[in-house]
Amino acid sequence: MEKWIEELKGFVPESRVLTSVADRHSYSFDASFGEHLPDVVVQVKEKQEVSDVLKLANRCKIPVHPRGSGTCLSGGPLPVHGGIVLDMSQWPASIDLRPRDLTVTVAPSVLTANINKAAEEHGLMYAPDPSSAHVATIGGNLAENSGGPRGLKYGVTKDHVLGLEVVTPEGEIIQTGGQTIKNVTGIDLTKLIVGSEGTLAVIVGATLKLMPKPPAVQTIMVAFDEVRKAGEAISQTLTSGILPAKMEFMDQACITAVENFQPAGLPVDAAAVIIIELDGHPETLGVERGLIEEIMQDMGAEEILIPKSEEEAAKLWHARKQVSPAIAKIKPTKVSEDATVPRSKIPDFMDRLQLLKEKYDLEIVAFGHAGDGNLHPNILCDKRDVEEMKRVEMAVEEMFQAALDLGGTLSGEHGIGTMKAPFMELELGEVGLDMMKRIKDSWDPNGILNPGKVFPEKGQKLVLHHE
Amino acid sequence: MSSLLKEKLHYDKTFDCVQCGYCLPACPTYETMEKETHSPRGRINLVKMVAEGKASVEDLREPIEKCLGCMACTTVCPTNVQYGAIFEGAKQVVDDESEKAKPRKLMEDFFFQTFFPSSKWMNSLGNATWFYQTSGLQKISQQFGLTKRVPLPIDKFETILPSMPSPKERRARVGRYVRKRPSCAKVGFFKGCIMDSVFYKTNQNTMELLLRSGAEVVFPKQQTCCGALHAHSGKVDHSIELAKQNIEAFEEEGFDYIVSNAGGCGARLVEYPHLFEEGSSWHERASAFVSRVKDISEVLMEMDGLLFEKELHRTVTYQPSCHLRNVQKVTDEPLALLKQIPGLTLRELERPEFCCGSAGVYNIVNYEEAMDILDVKMKDVCGVKPDRIVTSNPGCHLQMKLGVEREGLSGKMDAVHLVDLLMEADPQPKY
Repeated sequence: MEKWIEELKGFVPESRVLTSVADRHSYSFDASFGEHLPDVVVQVKEKQEVSDVLKLANRCKIPVHPRGSGTCLSGGPLPVHGGIVLDMSQWPASIDLRPRDLTVTVAPSVLTANINKAAEEHGLMYAPDPSSAHVATIGGNLAENSGGPRGLKYGVTKDHVLGLEVVTPEGEIIQTGGQTIKNVTGIDLTKLIVGSEGTLAVIVGATLKLMPKPPAVQTIMVAFDEVRKAGEAISQTLTSGILPAKMEFMDQACITAVENFQPAGLPVDAAAVIIIELDGHPETLGVERGLIEEIMQDMGAEEILIPKSEEEAAKLWHARKQVSPAIAKIKPTKVSEDATVPRSKIPDFMDRLQLLKEKYDLEIVAFGHAGDGNLHPNILCDKRDVEEMKRVEMAVEEMFQAALDLGGTLSGEHGIGTMKAPFMELELGEVGLDMMKRIKDSWDPNGILNPGKVFPEKGQKLVLHHE
Repeated sequence: MSSLLKEKLHYDKTFDCVQCGYCLPACPTYETMEKETHSPRGRINLVKMVAEGKASVEDLREPIEKCLGCMACTTVCPTNVQYGAIFEGAKQVVDDESEKAKPRKLMEDFFFQTFFPSSKWMNSLGNATWFYQTSGLQKISQQFGLTKRVPLPIDKFETILPSMPSPKERRARVGRYVRKRPSCAKVGFFKGCIMDSVFYKTNQNTMELLLRSGAEVVFPKQQTCCGALHAHSGKVDHSIELAKQNIEAFEEEGFDYIVSNAGGCGARLVEYPHLFEEGSSWHERASAFVSRVKDISEVLMEMDGLLFEKELHRTVTYQPSCHLRNVQKVTDEPLALLKQIPGLTLRELERPEFCCGSAGVYNIVNYEEAMDILDVKMKDVCGVKPDRIVTSNPGCHLQMKLGVEREGLSGKMDAVHLVDLLMEADPQPKY
């Protein structure tokens, strides 16, 4: 055993320093692609332990890869350079809610959905709602700057963070930001760290902003016979003085997949479906519902469905949730992207996807948060088919290019990680990327924190196949 | 790595797992053992690693042996991974490679090949328990701590066994119960091994409820152990033989229902078709068999032949058997039956889906891990303060009794099989 691993046991109890083959393999993956065996998994439960681990790692130049529940879709926690996986998931969960301030201070291991649950007991809400919120930790959400359907109205994780407690790569414990809604003291380190994917610091606590919970919601489903009409209807709605909480999109392939998987009564002959959720006071919702019905009729909707009960509405949202498993039935491997475009460009982006589908002979479907331009194009393939996976790699690259051509971005909410690092320069340009790298280098002079993420290594390419 | 090993490990099925982690919050051992290694996603990944030659079968042993097999993960999996098949395959591979000490192997062979499948042995177990309890031996051995000296933690369990019928009573049982009035359904009763030895009275009560509901009840003599414990211990071949014998035993008469009152047995019975190749005649026979297999609670609800008028002033909670809930998918019927009893207060657990830690022979083989799980369960139970914990499987039943004892609540709280509680309310035939 390496000497530094023995040294770790000096400040973290031996039962939480995992070195067996089985344990190391169990932290070698996340929900994206690739497996990388760490030398050791260290399960930390307090900030002093994090500080001690980082000081040792910094001294011995050992890579440290922070990890929450490992639900990441972009490879954030993968130990691509071996070394240490810093498992934050077993940290004692604590939620310190201050309803009169509309703030909450949480431990990094708290599951995101539990924050919202605690807030709801006081008539409040924590707005970011990634679909993995019942599994994912807030620490992971902060590191990846996760989004969710409600992002349309309420923004992503970074829009709800007031302050952080972090451990620097050199093992120093610092506070950033504070507890107040307004705080313009100095350079905003909080926003710098949120979304830095564990490359700048390890988050050990966070103070988050809560909002009043809207008293009511209203679901509406609209079907169109053309994707372009659906796209135009979204823009029309958002410029008519209405801001829905969610506007979710499903293309025909997704609708068909859901109906084959668990029939929910979606219109299978529609080219696209939008599921809308309005939130607010019941009277306002009544007015807005009427306005949306008018807009959708004007835009040539084939069908407008207003659920008659909460159960009916729940059924529609359940159908939306079923898209992911349903499309997995088409083929076993899912390459799920989150390239995002300006909302008015969704129809153009859909056209480009159609071209890619034909060019590379692949199953490509699209669904997602159309209201904010954050689509999830998914390529359904089979990991074991090397030739097909190579076609997927080419299609993904062209998909990113298409999003950028349309004024979009590589990632709306999943993060860069290992999966999108090779394309960073495409979006940021050489100097833009270098400015980011300079920040990284000054925070982490020895490059020990989560190496191999965000920044491409020389000649790095997207690899989804293995021979 | 050999293709045979890949096949045994269901390597192809491991690709259905997209490693999303949605199974983590559902897995009891992930919660108590605090490692991905003891989570469904972690186990499936290790199976894949072993199949690819990146880890050894020995690396897989502990994670597989410590899995409860409660199948809670399968109810939350968004991609319908066949965890049951992967788990059983891995169990078998681990068992095949095992260099178990000889005495343990001999003991296991005796248990699985002779003891469980044999009614004779099972009756003897029941009779021996009866003698042990009535002769005063139980008291003496408890006083002298004799039961604490056996190698397995049997001593922890023997104080919680229910009282037994005498051998005479056992012999007097007949194979067919016909109603005086015309019956509305013909039921084949699957008696189970532990149920029929240790919970003999519950079996008698089950048949009584069926009769009162208006059914004719038949007790096919050729039936044998369902094979659940064998399959979960990596003895798949043997469990196939048992399945064939049961399918044959229940084919003779045209039953409307084949009824089991043990969640663990019922779950095994409904999985019989998976044991045979699709398209084979055995697969077809197994499918026909399964189409009639029901839990007692489902049949009582379907026949709707009981009238509950006697008030029963008790506060109960329902602890669902994982196999009844997650494999047989029976969730509402036991609760619906309880709600029919006048005067009964039903308080539901916060996390009924969390396993109690019994899991077949898990609590005997992995005693400490099982007690950690049980502690989580008992915290939930104590939160709702019932005086009865209603169960639907013998393993859970004994485990809940053990939980009550460990909490020092004996006399204040007790476990009871759903069927026995229903009989306490003395329902009368509707028709």
